[in-house]
Amino acid sequence: MSAITAQLPGLQVVVPLLGAIIAAFMRRGTLAWAWATLITAFTPIIAFALLFQVWSNGPISYHMGGWPPPIGIEYRVDLLNAFVLVLVSLVSTIMMPYARRSVAHEIDGDKQAWFYAMYLLCLAGLLGIAITGDAFNAFVFLEISSLSTYVMIAMGRDRRALVASYQYLILGTIGATFYVIGVGLLYLVTGSLNFADIAARLGEASAAFPRPVLAGLAFLFVGISLKLALFPLHLWLPNAYAYAPSFATAFLAATATKVAVYLFLRIAFSIYGVALDLKALPVSTVLYPLSIAAMFIASILAVYEQNLKRMLAYSSVAQIGYITLGIALMNQAGLTGGIVHLFNHALIKGALFLALGAVMYRAGTVKLDDLGGIGRTMPLTFAAFVLAGMSLMGVPGTAGFISKYYLIVGALDAGKWPVAFLIVASSLIALLYIGRAVEVAYFRPVSQAVAHAKDPPLMMLVPMLALTFASVYFGIDTELSAGVASRIAELLIGGLK
Amino acid sequence: MGAVQNFFDHYNYIATIVLMVAGLYIVIARGNMIKKLIGLMLFQTSVYLLYIAPGKIIGGTPPVLDPNFTVYSNPLPHVLILTAIVVGVATIALGLAIVSRIHEAYGTIEEDEIFAREEQE
Amino acid sequence: MRLDVVLRVGVKLIIPFMLLFGLYVQLHGDYGPGGGFQAGVIVAGALIVYALIFGLDEAQRVVPRRLVEFLVPLGVLIYAGTGAFALLNGHNFLDYSVLAAHAPAGRERGILLVEAGVLVTVSSTMIALFYAFSERGR
Repeated sequence: MSAITAQLPGLQVVVPLLGAIIAAFMRRGTLAWAWATLITAFTPIIAFALLFQVWSNGPISYHMGGWPPPIGIEYRVDLLNAFVLVLVSLVSTIMMPYARRSVAHEIDGDKQAWFYAMYLLCLAGLLGIAITGDAFNAFVFLEISSLSTYVMIAMGRDRRALVASYQYLILGTIGATFYVIGVGLLYLVTGSLNFADIAARLGEASAAFPRPVLAGLAFLFVGISLKLALFPLHLWLPNAYAYAPSFATAFLAATATKVAVYLFLRIAFSIYGVALDLKALPVSTVLYPLSIAAMFIASILAVYEQNLKRMLAYSSVAQIGYITLGIALMNQAGLTGGIVHLFNHALIKGALFLALGAVMYRAGTVKLDDLGGIGRTMPLTFAAFVLAGMSLMGVPGTAGFISKYYLIVGALDAGKWPVAFLIVASSLIALLYIGRAVEVAYFRPVSQAVAHAKDPPLMMLVPMLALTFASVYFGIDTELSAGVASRIAELLIGGLK
Repeated sequence: MGAVQNFFDHYNYIATIVLMVAGLYIVIARGNMIKKLIGLMLFQTSVYLLYIAPGKIIGGTPPVLDPNFTVYSNPLPHVLILTAIVVGVATIALGLAIVSRIHEAYGTIEEDEIFAREEQE
Repeated sequence: MRLDVVLRVGVKLIIPFMLLFGLYVQLHGDYGPGGGFQAGVIVAGALIVYALIFGLDEAQRVVPRRLVEFLVPLGVLIYAGTGAFALLNGHNFLDYSVLAAHAPAGRERGILLVEAGVLVTVSSTMIALFYAFSERGR
């Protein structure tokens, strides 16, 4: 038993990777789905086991290939890692039953098995980024997850999915290459690729070579921001989320950007923060205007969108602005707000995109004008949409409120009253676009496209309702989400120089 | 004289920067999708140079253990860049496959023509 | 007599040497430049030059599409399988020292095995890419 426990960090990545390889041999869609569900179901078990271990015993270190750290690749699990691992694996498992009908409806028969193979590869890549303690290994997993994402998006039915996938490929590869340049600069000055080792050596390296260290930070920041879809670098996200298959959109919206946020936290707080004075570096100065711009501009763009999926994609960009604002505040409450919003947003957007996928499954369209009266023909689905939307707005009693609360407290702690006001103001814009969808859904006559639509089958309904319930539940019982997040924030800030 | 000396001392970094900027310029300035991919490839190549050139230690031998030598060139950048090259090849192959499908779907691979067509929809 | 006699005879003479060179590059990965990826590309190149001169149908008689689609995941399975073998014997993932009694010999064996896996995957991926692109226009 302890032999398996010792191997858990390695298994976290090996299980989905082996699953992806075996899925690549399959030809039938349903078999591939069943296999993918089985493999995905193992990952949260491993992730929870890791979380319990880390919570009681402290960080875990796993040596890949038996080679000790600065020489070999190390998988280092601490509380932040374990939190992200649990989030990604749990949300993926909840979404898997949904995939069967949705993928079968939107992707041609012979390509379905490949879709599931790509999905498992993407899952392996995301889990790998979250667990690895080696900078270049993070790049490899980043590219594994990105390449499989490009394939998943390109499998969308609309021909615009191809253009969206191409745009994402160009921008995503530029981002990953910027990340590699940053890692290269850090490697040149410190001589190591291991996160902990770089942190140990960065202090003296920065004294000897201040400019490459700063340049490395800049390159890393820009590269990860491209993957994060931070404000000016978000151009790939609306099209990619709008035209990809619905299950792929829901999966990516809930996981991909969150793992990029984790990587950013790791680099800013566990490498640069430990060796240099993080508040003296220009990180916050750059993050403040970009986050606030994201919060406002993306929300306003969402109000004008006709395609509901694109509207939610712009909303995602805005919510990522909240997360990075929490990071920019760099105090206990602000960082807690950012991390807990990472968790809550995954649940909220997962629920919203699953609801839209159900609409696509039954009605075949997500254009707002065609969806009149859908709240009456698909009651449960739209109830889920409204509840998750309320959580998105930050209505008290839902998870979204908890994140906004911590962010506002953090802003006030930092003495930035205007920022707190801006957080509230931008949440009101969310009211506009969710309210517009609600108005069309409930208060217009039933339109042609949705006349025969009804609620989706049980396998699709249950994951959607589970995530919606979670997005409300975590607004009431916050011990698991905000409690863990504040402990993580404490550890991150405590490690600062 | 010192500036020229400095320039020629760091010629591998200058080459890296020239390639990097040229590649990025092509990605941004050209509308043809294949040209963008070529720019991307150029950009990635500059990164390979960034890693490998400093790996050669002046006076170092190839990294095979031998009792007569104490200074070895660093083999680690080569391993890293091998991985990065494979990733780059996979990315470009995927990009070309997507461009091929776009060509079949739209009949063109110029970005402005595709966007014009999308505006009409 | 067809006009491309020189090409056809030349290619038939060169392909065995290409394959042999690929094998050489594969096995000399630990001592000089080489290894799975480079050898895979050379081996795929041998088949591609055959397809270029003799036609896609001929090449697909030698290496059918289904075989290539089967080989792509097989190589990755060999690599991951070697790592998983280490897991099953109680060591960490990809710890090759379990493969032999003497740890460095085990590591050498492990590297040979994973490089073989890489060769299979890379060559079949290159061939699959070539087939996918050239079948597009038909």
